[in-house]
Amino acid sequence: MTAISRGMAPLGGFGGRVRRFWRAQPPFLQLLGVLLLFFALAILLPSAAVAKVMAPQSSWPLVLFYPIGCYVLLALGLNVVVGEAGMLDLGYVAFFAVGGYAMALLATKQHWNFWVIVPGGIILAAASGLILGAPTLRLRGDYLAIVTLGFGQIIDQAVNNVGWTGGPQGISSIPHPPDIGHLSIFTYQIGHDRPYYYLILAAIFLVVFLISRLKNSRVGRAWVAIREDEDAAELMGVPTYRFRLWAFAIGASVGGFTGVFFASQQIFINPGQFTYAISVLILVCVVLGGSGNMPGVILGAFVVAWLPERFRGFDKYKILFFGIALVALMIFRPEGLLPSRRKKAEMADGAGGGGMGAALIPASLEVDQ
Amino acid sequence: MHLHSFVTQFWPSTVDGVTLGSIYALFALGYTLVYGVLKLINFAHSEVFMVGTMSAMWIMHFLNISAIQSGFALVGALLLAALFSMGGSAATALALERVAYRPLRRRGASRLAALISAIGASFVLQQVFEVYYSNQYSNFPRLFKHSTLFNIGSAQITTDRVLIVVAAVVMMVALERTVALTKLGRGIRAVAQDPETATLMGVNIDRTIMYTFLLGGIMAGVAAVLWNVRFEQTRFDIGFLPGIKAFTAAVLGGIGNIRGALLGGLIIGLLELYGASVFGSQWRDTTVFVVLVLVLLFRPSGLLGESLARARA
Repeated sequence: MTAISRGMAPLGGFGGRVRRFWRAQPPFLQLLGVLLLFFALAILLPSAAVAKVMAPQSSWPLVLFYPIGCYVLLALGLNVVVGEAGMLDLGYVAFFAVGGYAMALLATKQHWNFWVIVPGGIILAAASGLILGAPTLRLRGDYLAIVTLGFGQIIDQAVNNVGWTGGPQGISSIPHPPDIGHLSIFTYQIGHDRPYYYLILAAIFLVVFLISRLKNSRVGRAWVAIREDEDAAELMGVPTYRFRLWAFAIGASVGGFTGVFFASQQIFINPGQFTYAISVLILVCVVLGGSGNMPGVILGAFVVAWLPERFRGFDKYKILFFGIALVALMIFRPEGLLPSRRKKAEMADGAGGGGMGAALIPASLEVDQ
Repeated sequence: MHLHSFVTQFWPSTVDGVTLGSIYALFALGYTLVYGVLKLINFAHSEVFMVGTMSAMWIMHFLNISAIQSGFALVGALLLAALFSMGGSAATALALERVAYRPLRRRGASRLAALISAIGASFVLQQVFEVYYSNQYSNFPRLFKHSTLFNIGSAQITTDRVLIVVAAVVMMVALERTVALTKLGRGIRAVAQDPETATLMGVNIDRTIMYTFLLGGIMAGVAAVLWNVRFEQTRFDIGFLPGIKAFTAAVLGGIGNIRGALLGGLIIGLLELYGASVFGSQWRDTTVFVVLVLVLLFRPSGLLGESLARARA
């Protein structure tokens, strides 16, 4: 157990070193650092020079919005459910769809303003998360996985077969967000992709900020306790059901948030954009990057979203290589690309965070000796 | 709501539901066995099934068997299809265990990591068959005439349905007895119950897990050839939806429980057909999942409870 306590020592590991280094710098250097980061993300990343390397076959700012930006947001939301609270959700795309259809329906039928629909979509998605979660979150582990998977399928069939969602044809001519002032970076039109990138970048920053505040609060500690040992948490007086429901609703609301942006950029949505494959891909983003660690999750989402766009020429074998890469990565780095400190400590201990039944044997025998 | 069509379609729906359900049940056994032993959803099991349907189809095309057979030729063709299907599925299951699971097990990876590597393996298998066989449906030949043997109500009991149900029941009983009575079965139950103690008692864990995958693969292979007989076409992504349903069946019956898989499979098959006749066929999957959620609310560990370990003789 020594490695776990070592791992949990304040500011250990790579992330800790970075943070310590950061805190040691004078304020003007910190300001400079923030400005540099801002410059890199706002000017450098969407620039034409970077685009030539990153996405020669498609519009790079557009790729930065979807799939990359949207996947990052979705992965951050799913990470709350999977990484923080330790619940396996296989139907996450349902909340993305709720947000997308909220935007599409409220904007085309009710003519609501985009900025009113954003909170509306969030609330609707959170509510559907609560409605699904309230009866099912008492289930554990894999039962929850199959119920969420079922929910994803139900939403999929519902939007395909109910009249007011437009069925398989979907909904078209969804309005763009209204322009803000007359600046070109706030003018939302088709073929004018960069404003959308900035929009989603702002959204990502907001979500990262809010979730990291949550993580460091009582709620976040409760999630960790639930993830590590639910029975122990319950015995210690953590209302596990309520906090699991919280995690589920928060994850759902981030999904809905993303859906609103997505629909307003695509201006046309149909059920084919909200398939089970998206749920799986987002889960892959989370686990590949390092579940429970936000920089890792962002990196994972970036990689998963970007690779297929970059290698469009190899369309036929794209998924083949993607699959091989997934297996290889999980064999050689099962804790993800950028694991959280806690996960790394567990791996070093050989405990692997509650592995597959028989898998634990060699490790636990060693511990016993 | 079409209650009238439910009444008129009751017997045909029931017969089709039992037929489909017994295929799901065989398919579900693979999920249940692996879950019982490894506490892990084998997400690539749908591809194990897919490879089975493909192998059976391949040997039929390879030998140019495309017409209705009779006598020994029919028996031979069916056995050959079954053999190839079981072989293909079993080989896939074993390869999966070796490549996508065992290395992770050795490193003590989390269950989520195993899930992702299974998803990766499933992508690979699908893509290989898509590239090799194109993304179109390929046909499996009709080997015997689907003639009506007798009627129950308005339902015609045809030869193919009888074959499917009988074969499924035989295989299921065989598996149940294997797990309950043989030394291998005792090993599987021991590992499912308490892996640590099982090792101390001299059970070879690696070999037991390998045999578990093998058994699951063989069952999926039988399910695959029966699927071919029933639906007569296959494609690289054929495993996906039946896979979800079979997994649902395993959960419904109580995952890790062999008899639960049988019960769950039959219920899912029936529900699907009844749901289709009451609400219209576009809602058949929705019916299945809604009922699953309802059942789990009242019996959180499935209808028969989850336990491979307690499947006593």
